[in-house]
Amino acid sequence: MEPLQVADKLKERFSEEVLDVREFRGQVSVTVKKGRILEICRFLHDDPDLYFDYLIDLCGADYLGKKENRFEVVYHLYSIRHRHALRLKAEVSERDIRIDSVMPVWVGVNWHERECYDMFGIVFAGHPDLRRVLLPEDWEGYPLRKDYPMKGPDKEYSGFVDVLERSKKYRQYDWYQ
Amino acid sequence: MEDIEKSFETKELTISLGPQHPATHGVLRLVLQLSGETIVKCTPYVGYLHRGVEKLGENRTYFAALPLTDRLDYISSMNNNVGYVNAVERLFGIEAPDRAKYIRTMVAEMGRISSHIVWLGTHVLDIGATTPFLLSMAQRERILDLFEMICGARLTVSYPRVGGVRNDISQEFLDQLYEFVLEFPAHMDTFETLVTENRIWKERTVDIGIISAEEAVNWGLTGGTLRGSGVDYDVRKYFPYDAYDKVEFDVPVGKKGDCYDRYLVRIGEMRQANRIIKQCIENLPAGPVMADAPKFTLPPKDMVLKDMEHLIHQFILITKGPSVPEGEIYVGSEVPKGELGFYFISDGTGKPYRMRVRSPSFIHASVLPRLSEGGLIADVIANIGTIDIVLGECDR
Repeated sequence: MEPLQVADKLKERFSEEVLDVREFRGQVSVTVKKGRILEICRFLHDDPDLYFDYLIDLCGADYLGKKENRFEVVYHLYSIRHRHALRLKAEVSERDIRIDSVMPVWVGVNWHERECYDMFGIVFAGHPDLRRVLLPEDWEGYPLRKDYPMKGPDKEYSGFVDVLERSKKYRQYDWYQ
Repeated sequence: MEDIEKSFETKELTISLGPQHPATHGVLRLVLQLSGETIVKCTPYVGYLHRGVEKLGENRTYFAALPLTDRLDYISSMNNNVGYVNAVERLFGIEAPDRAKYIRTMVAEMGRISSHIVWLGTHVLDIGATTPFLLSMAQRERILDLFEMICGARLTVSYPRVGGVRNDISQEFLDQLYEFVLEFPAHMDTFETLVTENRIWKERTVDIGIISAEEAVNWGLTGGTLRGSGVDYDVRKYFPYDAYDKVEFDVPVGKKGDCYDRYLVRIGEMRQANRIIKQCIENLPAGPVMADAPKFTLPPKDMVLKDMEHLIHQFILITKGPSVPEGEIYVGSEVPKGELGFYFISDGTGKPYRMRVRSPSFIHASVLPRLSEGGLIADVIANIGTIDIVLGECDR
C-alpha cells in the first residue's frame, strides 16, 4: 500500500483522532491525539492489509514555544510483509504529560519508552518497568528538553559528590597499619 | 544421599556481571538472579558510555555532527558515517555522484567485514577458543591499514562527506584491496575449519538463545540477529541506498534462530561483503566524487585557498550551516549490528531541530533477559556475544 493510502485508511477508521497528515520526501507522517493511541497502534498492527509488525523506533520531540502541545511522541512503523512505512505522531501537552504505553502491541518498545521518559520526562502509562535507562536513577532534569542547558546542570551530580567524599575518606585510611 | 541434599540450605543468589567484565564487550552490567546455575531474572543496566550524542547533534551544523557518528559504533565507524551522510543527503535533496556511491558501498562493506571479524574473534574467545581471535585480528589489521591509506585514520575515519566522499581513492589502494579480496575467502575457510563444525562450539551455541521469527520482529531486532531467525529483512535490499541496487549479493538467513544460526548468518554476510567489494572494484565508474550542489556541499579546499567567493561560501556553510528545507525524515541504513537510523526534524536552519539515533545495539541489549532467562549462566556469555552489541552505540 502507498503510505498516503495507509493514512487515508487510518483517517477513515479514526476520523476523530487524526489531526494532520503530511508528506515530505515520500514519507508520510500522521499526527494523532494521544487519547486512543494504544487502540490506533493495535489497529495498525492487527489489520491484515496494514500489518505493521515492526516498530522501527519510538522517540520524543520537544517543541518548546513552537507548538501548543509541547511534546510529541514519534512512532516509526514498518510492515516487513507489505513493505510500507508510516510515521505516527502523538501530541502530549506539558500539563498532562502522560501517554499510554504501546508495549502490549510491540514488546520491543520497552527500552525506547524508558529512554523517552529518561530524556523528556514523558510518562508511559501501563509500562511495566518505567525507570531511567541511560542516566542514573537519581539524575535531576530531562536532558533532551530544549530548556535543559547544553553544558549540563550547574551543580555537580549528587552521585559523583558521593564518590568524591568517599575518596576523601579513603585517602585518610592508613593502609599499612 | 537425598536426605543430605534436603538438609542443605539453598537460596537464590544475586550476582552482578560487569560493567568491567571482558565478556560483556564494553561496559554492560547484568544483574543476574540465580537459582543454582539457572537464571531466574536478568536485568541489564546500560548508560555507562552515555555522551549525549543527540543533544550534541542538535547544537551543531549537519557537517559538524559527522564525527560524532564515528564514536557511536567505534568498531564500524565507516558504516555509521555512510548511514549519516545518506540521511542528510536525503533531507537536503541532493545525490552523490556514481563514483562516490560505489566508493561508499565499498568502504562500508570493508567496515562490515572488519566489524564482523572482531565479533567472530571475541565471540569465540568468550566461549573459549583463542586461535580464531588471533587470526581474525590479523585480517582486521589489513582492513584498518587500507582505511589509513584512503583517509589517514584507522578507527574514527569520517571519510564519507555529505554529497560524496572526502577524497578520491588511488590506484595503489584499489590494487591492495583487490589482493585482499582475492585472499579473503581462503581465510574465511580457515576460520570455518576451526569453528563451524567444532564440537565444543556447537555444544555451546546450538539451541541456545532461540527466538522465533515473529517474536524477533516484534522485539524490533535487526541485522544478523533478526536474520538468524529466518526473516530476510535487510535495509540494503528493502531500501537500497548508495550502489546496493547495482551490485549482486544474497542475504543469508537462518532457520531456528539460535546462536549457531546467527553465527552462520554473519559468516555468510562476510562472504557476501567480500563479493560486493569485488564487484565495486571491477565496476568502479570514473568521474567526480563530490556532488555538484554548491548550496549544500563544502567547496573544494584548493579553491577556498585561492578564491574569495569560495572562502566566503565555506565560512557561511561552516558557521551558519546550509539552509535546509523544513520537514522531517527518517533514513535507515544497514550497519553490521543491524539497522542504524537517523531521524531529523529540520526547522529550516543549518542545525537539526531534533536529531535521533536509532541504534540497533540498544534494542539488542534489551532482548538479553528474553534470551537468557531460564537458561544457564554460562549461556549468558554466548548470548551477549551472539547479539553483537557495542556499548558506544547502545548508550550514545
